Amino acid sequence: MSNTQNKTYDVAVIGAGIVGSAIARKLAGYRLSVALLDAREDVGDGTSKANTAILHTGFDAKPGTLESKMVREGYHLLSEYAKQTGIPVEHTGAILVAWDDEQRDALPGLKEKAEQNGYAKTEIIDAAEIYRLLPHLGEGALAGLSVPDESIICTWTTNLALATEAVQRGTELLLRRRVASIDRVDGVTNLYTSIDRISARWVINAAGLGGDTIDQLFGYDRIHLTPRRGELLVYDKQARPLVDKIVLPVPTALGKGVLVSPTIYGNVMLGPTAEDLKDRTDTGTSESGFAFLRGKGEKIMPKLLEEEVTATYAGLRAASDYPDYLIEVDTEQQYVIAGGIRSTGLTSGIAVAEYVDELLRASGAIQLVERDNLPEPPHMPNIGEAFLRPYQDAARIAEDPAYGKIVCFCERVTAGEIRDTFSSPIPPCTLDGLRRRTRAQNGRCQGFFCGAEVNELLESRGKSVNVPADPNANVASVEVTK
Amino acid sequence: MSTNGTVLTPTVLIIGAGPSGLRAAAELAPRVSGEVLVLERESVAGGIPRHSDHPGYGIRDMGKFIDGPRYARILREQATAAGAKILTNATVTDWAGERSVNVTMPDGRVRVDARVIILATGARERPRPARLIPGDRGKGIYTTGHLQNIIHLKHGKVGKRAVIVGAELVSWSAAMSLKHVKCKTVLMTTEYPKADAYRLFSGPGKLFFGTKVATRTRVTRIIGKPNVQGVEIENIDTGERRIVDCDTVILTGDWIPDNELARAADVDIDPVSKSPIVDAALRTNKSGIFAIGNMLHPVDTADVAALDGAAVAEHVVSYLRGDRPAGAPLSLTADAPFRWVAPALLRQHDPAPPRRRLLLWSDTYVPFPEVVLRQNGTVIARKRLWWPAAPGRVFRVPSSLLSQINWNDGAVTIGLAK
Repeated sequence: MSNTQNKTYDVAVIGAGIVGSAIARKLAGYRLSVALLDAREDVGDGTSKANTAILHTGFDAKPGTLESKMVREGYHLLSEYAKQTGIPVEHTGAILVAWDDEQRDALPGLKEKAEQNGYAKTEIIDAAEIYRLLPHLGEGALAGLSVPDESIICTWTTNLALATEAVQRGTELLLRRRVASIDRVDGVTNLYTSIDRISARWVINAAGLGGDTIDQLFGYDRIHLTPRRGELLVYDKQARPLVDKIVLPVPTALGKGVLVSPTIYGNVMLGPTAEDLKDRTDTGTSESGFAFLRGKGEKIMPKLLEEEVTATYAGLRAASDYPDYLIEVDTEQQYVIAGGIRSTGLTSGIAVAEYVDELLRASGAIQLVERDNLPEPPHMPNIGEAFLRPYQDAARIAEDPAYGKIVCFCERVTAGEIRDTFSSPIPPCTLDGLRRRTRAQNGRCQGFFCGAEVNELLESRGKSVNVPADPNANVASVEVTK
Repeated sequence: MSTNGTVLTPTVLIIGAGPSGLRAAAELAPRVSGEVLVLERESVAGGIPRHSDHPGYGIRDMGKFIDGPRYARILREQATAAGAKILTNATVTDWAGERSVNVTMPDGRVRVDARVIILATGARERPRPARLIPGDRGKGIYTTGHLQNIIHLKHGKVGKRAVIVGAELVSWSAAMSLKHVKCKTVLMTTEYPKADAYRLFSGPGKLFFGTKVATRTRVTRIIGKPNVQGVEIENIDTGERRIVDCDTVILTGDWIPDNELARAADVDIDPVSKSPIVDAALRTNKSGIFAIGNMLHPVDTADVAALDGAAVAEHVVSYLRGDRPAGAPLSLTADAPFRWVAPALLRQHDPAPPRRRLLLWSDTYVPFPEVVLRQNGTVIARKRLWWPAAPGRVFRVPSSLLSQINWNDGAVTIGLAK
């Protein structure tokens, strides 16, 4: 199989999810040639796209673990990065709600655990305070723990910002390449992908749900991943006034349980389920999953169920038999694994990249010389509901009428925003990719009104944007319709 | 020059240029001083008939039998000829005051302050997530609106074998569109025991389209990705499930009003239909805000929606003269098998509702129904109708029943004789 890239990279990062993109971005800041590979057609199309999109403080991590440290550090790093790049974040805070005596009795332990994790701002609150903060919560809450810094964030923009900056720093993004086998010759690892051969001196495994498979190609047998399906129901924006904080269950032996949370796009989310599967591609939703979620929702916030469901999602996260993040350097094979990174990877991704950098530096096996003249971080288009969007931005519409032409009515996505994605460093190539960049067709009508128009824009790669030639034609004339 | 910061001040603002909004504009423009402005978020006014490329439009309001695009064109021309101003590509995004809205259009972000606002935003079909149909997220799943946009406005294609979910009027409209692009409808499913569309379709229609209708059937799963490969259907009575091969799924009917602006204005909403609650004069509970069309009765035919627009004109003129409704209204609610009724607010001195009809939605098929009004549990009026109450289409009842209401008594319900 040919080496179509015809070169040997210093580093190949496998997986363009949040962790892989963060690592590529970090390493591309050195005088290194970096390739970022992904099996799919787009960045962030695996576990990174379908999580609960919460920026975690790490209050409930297992103290002393690498995960605890990474999430704690990642919270601050990502918060800072979000400010620089315009990733939307809302500091809503969270409340863990105890519905029975056992859960109530667990709250002091959770508070203590939060303190061991370096987070001191949790507070135990009584039922009256809970209902003051969450007036639409279902009956029967006994007590709660407030976590004021838990936040909601746009996971799609986070992934895209990191990958975009990696590319702007010179990383070559190589999509549609599933690594099937490897060999290592004279200090160079050849990755045989579904379409070509990629050669690199160092390989970083950030393959998410495929991390164990890649690890085995390097001769290891230390981690086994199970796809854990999480189904989510996303409720109509009209439900948003019901809840402005993340409502968390008290974690039990069975996992973190079902939460109700506002989303950064102005909806309300109910989920996820947790179901271990065998098929690593089964992102279908299920009857039992919907029934389970509706049952939970009935108790947590019955009024939520009176609203329409705008979207249903199923995401796969990597459940691992390894008790912590597994981040290690193998200097002999020039191979690094960043594996076992569960749904907390959204928060921790940048910290994981910093940690990989530290390990590499400590190994002394690779020269890390900072590049001069790094480009500024990208400024990402805002798709967060709480911040100014192009359709609301009078000055921007005045400059370019395409930002005043709303194509997706439900999500108020303009022709200008859709057009812009196609000239961005990482343009979308599928409808889902366009949805993650703009929110187009993610709304309540799911394409009833705009589906055909959005598809035409996708197929013409934004060139079918059609706004009236004379921007004042509409207001000035009496009749503009044909 | 930009229009940013511009404030438009029409006398009447109509939001939505579908049949009801355009007809209201045509009626009002000659009758009010000042401007009648219609805002339409689509690039062409006319609403859903624009992409319903088959005959059957204009029967009750125009005395014609024409296709949807032509019907839409006539409505546009009539509104314009009457002097109404129509702005397209203009989306009302939020309220700026009691009768004031913010609008985004390519010309800029403008505010519109009006003396009267008429909401005519219509309805849409529930898409797959709102129906909670599980399974894969393959390509090839559409609502009728989406399908007809693809076929009739963008001249695009869909697959070759379709399953249509629903067997009501709009479902046959979808079947016609599919036939137009040579996509075979292999099955229509309905949860009801009968296919619900008009007689025209139930016999000859089936022959014409060669389509089977599976009654008492629901879709339990959509299978296949990246493209749809089939649906799993269940017989509701036996629980038996089987898989039907198809590459296209059309989700029809199951209408939900586009009520976002109404709710954002705190207009009272019917808990079942989710429509704004209006009285016979099509007033909402917010002074100077009216609602018309299929947002109120999701959904009746386009001509009936347009006739709401005709009816609202005199009520708007009366409002502009300073007339206000007198007295507290009585509520009218629907008893099973009816799901909702519109209008749902009654006043002694209100005029008759549009077309002198109460509009209802029935969950079961009832031939020759005897409709009764009850007040305090006592039957106060009854009427046997020679047309059936059928699920999947609006059931129309003469409003003359209302003449028996005792205005000093309590709430009124409408149902069937026991």
